[in-house]
Amino acid sequence: MKLLGVLLLLAGWAIVLAAVALLMAGPPQVVFVFAGMGVEALGLGLVIRAHPVPRGDRE
Amino acid sequence: MTPTYEAFPGPMALLCALCIFLIPFAAAGLSLINTGLGRSRSAAHSMLSSLCVVSVAALAYCLCGFAWQGFPGGPAHSLAIAGKEWGWIGAEHFLMRGVAFGGSPASLAALFGIFTAGIVALIPLGTGADRWRLGPCCVSAALLAGLTYPLFAHWAWGGGWLAQLGANYGLGRGFVDAGGSGGIQAVGGLTALSIAWILGPRHGKYTPDGMPSAVPGHNSVLVLLGCLVALVGWLGLNSAGAILYAGVQPGWIVLIAVNTLLSAAAAALTVVVMTHARFGKPDASLTANGWIGGLVASSAACAFVRPVAAVAIGLIAGVAVVFAVEWFEARLAVDDPSGAISAHAVGGLWGLLALGLFGRVPGPLLSPETRVANQWLAQLVGIATLVGFVLPLTYGLNWLLNRVYPQRVAPEGERQGMDLYELGAGAYPEFIVHSDEFTQRKI
Repeated sequence: MKLLGVLLLLAGWAIVLAAVALLMAGPPQVVFVFAGMGVEALGLGLVIRAHPVPRGDRE
Repeated sequence: MTPTYEAFPGPMALLCALCIFLIPFAAAGLSLINTGLGRSRSAAHSMLSSLCVVSVAALAYCLCGFAWQGFPGGPAHSLAIAGKEWGWIGAEHFLMRGVAFGGSPASLAALFGIFTAGIVALIPLGTGADRWRLGPCCVSAALLAGLTYPLFAHWAWGGGWLAQLGANYGLGRGFVDAGGSGGIQAVGGLTALSIAWILGPRHGKYTPDGMPSAVPGHNSVLVLLGCLVALVGWLGLNSAGAILYAGVQPGWIVLIAVNTLLSAAAAALTVVVMTHARFGKPDASLTANGWIGGLVASSAACAFVRPVAAVAIGLIAGVAVVFAVEWFEARLAVDDPSGAISAHAVGGLWGLLALGLFGRVPGPLLSPETRVANQWLAQLVGIATLVGFVLPLTYGLNWLLNRVYPQRVAPEGERQGMDLYELGAGAYPEFIVHSDEFTQRKI
């Protein structure tokens, strides 16, 4: 799950880059930038869930 | 944003150098805060770690960091995508060879970088307090100052693709981060988050049912003194960064200083009021986090907003820091003794966004009333890059390091305290050593 989360973070960033590089300035570009950030948020959520709440002492 | 860099007039170079010389105060302030918010039995270790980390960061930055960060107009590797140049890494000489150390803009950038690399590396230190071994934290600092920080700094400040978003794609003036809300603070804060995940929480921080227990810092005086010392450093950091990387004329450092202080003041007072309303009394450590959060948030937009906007930026930073500290500790089980993730990562990302919302980003000649189209989108692309690229990079590097060189101290070391276990002597030898009075007692 951690790896998947990290990959989603990178995928979201790639979507943002693609939006900047391939789309003209305007609403579609903004939508794709937000979509990329949404994918990043999903990835961040997965990475967070991959680090569970610890229960009690480590020892 | 790529300012012109033909040459700095003598007085401008001198003023910029003087501002850079104030930056070590920020390092001193952060070191005091990190130490004060940790346990007394790890205080000497914390201060020694700060010294070692700043030293390692300076050497790593000199070795390869400046070469990869580069400098606007200097040699860089770039890719051509759809007919546009995307500068992705600098191509200066290693060990700062070839830099004309005579007050040239390149030499000032090198000086700025060698100090700020230490600041970036100090940020995760507070998060790893009481359990991060000295050796691995130095190696981690070398990776941060030698690779992660210079890479993003090239993109934002070295004429890289983020700085060129305006010229290439019409997104405002490109990504703007005058004093380093993103390039310094968010990079350090996201590395702190990675370190917190990799190290795990301190012994006794969470009860068997997963509830966090309070582990108060051992010296509030150090913490609050650190806040005041850090202010001096931030005045230099924001002023020098704005002159070097945002093309701001020296006269505008008055506005930068006013905005920096107002943002920190608004954030700190917001936290005082909030904690008083919620807990009945103001909380000193959260207020310190709020102060630093306000300073951090002020950095990006310090030269491009009016004082009233700086107050709004600080106010929102204060609110964000309070909720972020609680959220990371209680909901996400991220044990961050110094609150660095909330103050530096959350505050830094907010500072970048705030510039897009409140900023009047100027052209080469400052005209504060000019509002540039799509500046907020350029800032969002920068934020997406920090979260989507820098966080996985710094997490991956520290995860790999942890595999070959375990970063967390042995349970015995944590119980004994980092001072005795790693250094052989405590910070306060004449004090009576108490048992672990702050941790949950087993019944």
